[in-house]
Amino acid sequence: MDLVQWFAAPLQHEFMVKAILVSALVGLVCSALSCYMTLKGWALMGDAVSHAVMPGVVIAYILNIPLAVGAFVFGVGSVIAIGFIKSKTRVKEDTVIGLVFTGFFALGLVLVSKVKSSIDLTHILFGNVLGISDSDIMQTIIISVITLVTLAILRKDLILFCFDSTHARSIGINIVFLYYVLLSLLSLTAVAGLQTVGIILVVAMLVTPGATAYLLSDRFDHMILIAMASGVFSSVMGTYISYHIDGSTGGCIVVLQTLLFVIAMIFAPKHGLLVRSRKQLNESV
Amino acid sequence: MNAISIDVKNVTVAYHGKVALHSASLQLKAGTICGLVGMNGAGKSTLFKAIMGFVKPVTGQILINGLPIHQIQKKCLVAYVPQSEEVDWNFPVSVHDVVMMGRYGYMNLLRIPRSPDKQAVRESLERVEMWQMRDRQIGELSGGQKKRTFFARALAQQGMVLLLDEPFAGVDIKTEKMMINLLIALRQAGHTILISTHDLASITTFCDQVVLINRSILAYGDTSEVFTEENLARTFGGSVGDFSSAKNRLTPVNQEEQSWT
Repeated sequence: MDLVQWFAAPLQHEFMVKAILVSALVGLVCSALSCYMTLKGWALMGDAVSHAVMPGVVIAYILNIPLAVGAFVFGVGSVIAIGFIKSKTRVKEDTVIGLVFTGFFALGLVLVSKVKSSIDLTHILFGNVLGISDSDIMQTIIISVITLVTLAILRKDLILFCFDSTHARSIGINIVFLYYVLLSLLSLTAVAGLQTVGIILVVAMLVTPGATAYLLSDRFDHMILIAMASGVFSSVMGTYISYHIDGSTGGCIVVLQTLLFVIAMIFAPKHGLLVRSRKQLNESV
Repeated sequence: MNAISIDVKNVTVAYHGKVALHSASLQLKAGTICGLVGMNGAGKSTLFKAIMGFVKPVTGQILINGLPIHQIQKKCLVAYVPQSEEVDWNFPVSVHDVVMMGRYGYMNLLRIPRSPDKQAVRESLERVEMWQMRDRQIGELSGGQKKRTFFARALAQQGMVLLLDEPFAGVDIKTEKMMINLLIALRQAGHTILISTHDLASITTFCDQVVLINRSILAYGDTSEVFTEENLARTFGGSVGDFSSAKNRLTPVNQEEQSWT
């Protein structure tokens, strides 16, 4: 099969065209947010929130309201619960995060198993972008627009919040507001990512592109562009590959993202392993 | 010119029921450089946080130029130069980006710099001789250059009150001299400067006043009057033979200053 055919053949199916476009959009949005997640050191928080939205998604499904609303309530709620337990007990933060998100996730599992409906657990866990419905596409587009517009408007404040919240506070910037903005965007994009790669892998979409870009640049603007490029590339190529090998779409997307990270880790011009070891050699000579 | 700039009235701060600073009162006039001296955990950071409005005192009140805290923050009146340990030096920002952050309080919602902002950033960078280095990522700088970058941010902010946390830790002589000269120039321009430091020796050379702190304010006033052996002994909880031995005992690591998120 030649290359043109490789790219063109899947596009004859409407579901593939939709899947590729939705994955690309989700890749773009999650990657943009991933820069803030990696710089703020929120990878664990991303993992927690993306799992904790599960019961919200199921309840929203039962009540027939947008999944994003349920996810939002439970995503933000989980972080409030984490903060509350941390401040009221002597238990350390990482322990609290671990126990809260697994608790929420388990509740979600129970709900899915007891609700007689057409919700397919594997679709929530592993994504189902090939079978995405039009209403879900609409929801993804709305989430994406909200996220990208918010990030564009608050870009500099959020960078400052990640970099130096003390200074932000001292000049009267409301860092509690920024904290909840970032948290809300995290909950929303977790829903968007959920439909593409599933709840288990969505944290990869929210961390890996940012980490890759972090190794490749020393400017935030470059970083976010590189992250978005790598995110869209992984999403599109991952969807294609999954079609051709008839494998898990979410799996293919995340494996590609991870490969890009490994390549960056080794070959990055300034922060890569090769350059670093060469530098060390030069210094020791 | 000589109005009260920092007015701390009977301030007590407690964390989780533990008192970190007890009934502190302090009045600094505009145009003063004041050294804040005390051991780790003596409440230096707590006093800074209270002045910046990050902790709410259990009792008492703080006024800066006669204004309460929330107005001070909106007007960018208090500029803070953090300890080097508090900064993420791998963060993808340039020297110029960092100094521009000092101007955010003057900008619109999108933080688009206008010409006064650009000019203030340039002037500040030139004053600390960092304009040539403006495009460097901050991790590529030496210890002194890093400090000067954050000092330039405080200059660009044009706050009337400057708080510096251990400004001379890990910096070269050139940077230390430059910063002291700039501080003296700022004093002449009517700014009020509060410096937390372990470096007892340098305090006497340029600080007009000294505050000795150990959970509460033990003494404050003109450097020559307050800086007595007896007072220092009370501050450091033992007898202090001379300044340099005190200094030696105090230089190691700061564990008191937790990261402020």
